[in-house]
Amino acid sequence: MEAKSKKAGGSRLCCLCNLRRPVLKRPKTLQQICRECFYEVFEEEIHQVIVQNRLFKSGERVAIGASGGKDSTVLAYVLSELNRRHNYGLDLFLLSIDEGITGYRDDSLETVKRNEVQYGLPLQIVSYKDLYGWTMDEIVKMIGLKNNCTFCGVFRRQALDRGAALLKVDKLVTGHNADDIAETVLLNILRGDIARLSRCTSITTGEDGPIPRCKPFKYTYEKEIVMYAYFKKLDYFSTECIYSPNAYRGFAREFIKDLERLRPRAILDIIKSGEDFRIATTTKMPEQGTCERCGYISSQKWCKACVLLEGLNRGLPKMGIGRPRGVNGDHRKETKKLASAAKSIESKQCGSLDF
Amino acid sequence: MACNSSGCESGGCYDREKENGSKIVEDAVVGVCVKCKCNEPKTFGDGGSDDGKFCAECFRNNVFGKFRLAVTSHAMITPSDNVLVAFSGGSSSRVALQFVHELQIKALKNYEASRDRSLPVFGVGVAFVDETAAFPALSMETIDAIDWIRSTVSNFSPPAKDLHVVPIESVFGSDSLDPRDRLVKLLDSVPDDTGKEDLLLHLKMLSLQKVAFENGYNRLVVGSCTSRIASHVLTATVKGRGYSLSADIQHVDARWNVPIVLPLRDCVRQEITRLCLLDGLKTVELACRSQSGINDLVSSFVALLQEENPSRECTIVRTAAKLTPFYFNKIPETDDSNVPMATQRRLKRFNLKYDGSMTTEAFCPICNGPKNRSDSSELDTFDESQESDALYAACCSSCRFQILPEDGSSLEQFGSFLPDHMISQVKHQKVHSQNDLREKIKDCLLLDDEEAV
Repeated sequence: MEAKSKKAGGSRLCCLCNLRRPVLKRPKTLQQICRECFYEVFEEEIHQVIVQNRLFKSGERVAIGASGGKDSTVLAYVLSELNRRHNYGLDLFLLSIDEGITGYRDDSLETVKRNEVQYGLPLQIVSYKDLYGWTMDEIVKMIGLKNNCTFCGVFRRQALDRGAALLKVDKLVTGHNADDIAETVLLNILRGDIARLSRCTSITTGEDGPIPRCKPFKYTYEKEIVMYAYFKKLDYFSTECIYSPNAYRGFAREFIKDLERLRPRAILDIIKSGEDFRIATTTKMPEQGTCERCGYISSQKWCKACVLLEGLNRGLPKMGIGRPRGVNGDHRKETKKLASAAKSIESKQCGSLDF
Repeated sequence: MACNSSGCESGGCYDREKENGSKIVEDAVVGVCVKCKCNEPKTFGDGGSDDGKFCAECFRNNVFGKFRLAVTSHAMITPSDNVLVAFSGGSSSRVALQFVHELQIKALKNYEASRDRSLPVFGVGVAFVDETAAFPALSMETIDAIDWIRSTVSNFSPPAKDLHVVPIESVFGSDSLDPRDRLVKLLDSVPDDTGKEDLLLHLKMLSLQKVAFENGYNRLVVGSCTSRIASHVLTATVKGRGYSLSADIQHVDARWNVPIVLPLRDCVRQEITRLCLLDGLKTVELACRSQSGINDLVSSFVALLQEENPSRECTIVRTAAKLTPFYFNKIPETDDSNVPMATQRRLKRFNLKYDGSMTTEAFCPICNGPKNRSDSSELDTFDESQESDALYAACCSSCRFQILPEDGSSLEQFGSFLPDHMISQVKHQKVHSQNDLREKIKDCLLLDDEEAV
């Protein structure tokens, strides 16, 4: 056996409380435990992460990036629970982005609206239509299904900051889980991106930006989040975006799942490696300024969103996307590319995680 | 088209670019090597992207050039050295042996041609580790392999090379009563398959070190190629060894008694196998690896990635090479007056940047990996009785998990199976804290680097 499990012995009792019958095998440790103990260790671990990393200060206003998906729903539930239980003294809000995708976001927003009532957290919805004058439906109609995720990703990043500013919050928390972070570490190694490799494991990012973001689920396994949502019967929305419909899992994600099967601890080990890599701290960071057009942080004259938006408004949607490639000689590769396009090293094409 | 492969010196990229630009040029050059433009290109039929572009000679020169660049720029082999080549019979180490042999022939030629004969010819030896004790099922194959290796080594043109066949159990020393039995017991007490594999690999390295040291060699050439190192980068990451990773993948690793050098670090496996084909180099593979476990999973993942993008292995190794190396990742400076002046002049080294503040002095006694500070003080959720155990405390978190036995009682027994010098290292771990002492008096010291003291 690859994986070390703490022996539950031959007994049919939960190996933590020794009182109740175990109903699940904990993905992280393979311990056989009961439902109550699972809730407790799951919540307690997140509490410890929050306390040890000093993620919040008392009295802070905190927005939870809520998509209606499993990660953010569980995050909203657990965070409001812990806030009550341990007196964090936080003012919690739900922040959702309405990309304007009919048949996907409208439905998931209904879930978030129900969560607003269920958890008693005020909800703010920021829409692409209001911010940029375009919905994703309109963008896709114009540019097709290629590169649409670039637009969505760039716009979302800014939209979240703008939404957070509207709510006047001090922090934004997101539902990125341990699997997501382990995948990012691997992808950055595969891509050779040493700068991102050095910061992708930080639990808090953007401390120099307008609103810091943090990931309380940094060490929480995706499987346990699903399990928690399942047992708590949380109300969440589990359909994938219709514009990135690939239910496929990329090479890296598949690899992580294989690893997890072989050695559950591997996910945490990858994150540990990511934290421990000896990366010289002197790497140059782009100088940060503000966008001349909208005032958002940007290292260039215009921020990426403005460049993309300008392209859309002028009817040149290719503007700001990658470098122009040579057209010649690509014909031969086209067929090959189509075949390989079915699989990629990344699992989530749009680079956005859950909201 | 940007080419990420380290094979760019070949000019392959440039030609590919041209080929994209206009088809006419491509048609015109079909039938000649894209480099020398005169010979017929060699087709290997292995599906590689540059297959059928170079002639045999240009291809060979390219691979040998990478090897020679690595050797000269890191001062891996200098005229006064005595080099031991670790030879497993596989293609990488076969090519390493071949190239080292060619360097030696060239050095000999130069020696005979020079008037003052000031530059001696470096010595070469070959070592094969016999793992029969760990894999009794392979004893017949191993005997055949050893015969074959013996004849291969003796067939090299002079200068003659010594062959050392090292049984892996020799790592326990000659005074050990039943070393074979001890090895089996040691491996059996490792609960994790991957851990067992890694421990065996480490014991193999230790036995190579031992034979190198005892026979007066001062370099150990290991033929790890880019592909192998790319897999290592990922396995180390997956095992939580991110801190020590940068120590393992440099051209030079001098944390051992006899510094290890990796001259084939910049050659991918495809090049190696092609070269074996081209030169008719025979190899022998002993199928002694289990087909499960983390290491195999990673290898197949890397193979899959490589299929999707032929330069992926190079990218992985390049990423890892950007991590800050350790102070021991260079050939130690010798101010030995015995080294002739002529030799000293020839040393030309890459200036790797070493961050002095990031040095560490504590090594894991099992894998010899440098330990992160946080690793030493880390408290895991294990029994307290284990915490007090010196071996447990001295190990890195990865070895604790995959090599040490789970419960504290068998830990002591496990320690008794380990080679004695590993354990004595634990006892002398305190000496290593000298660095901490140094930290305290740092402001009063005049010299900055450790070696100068």
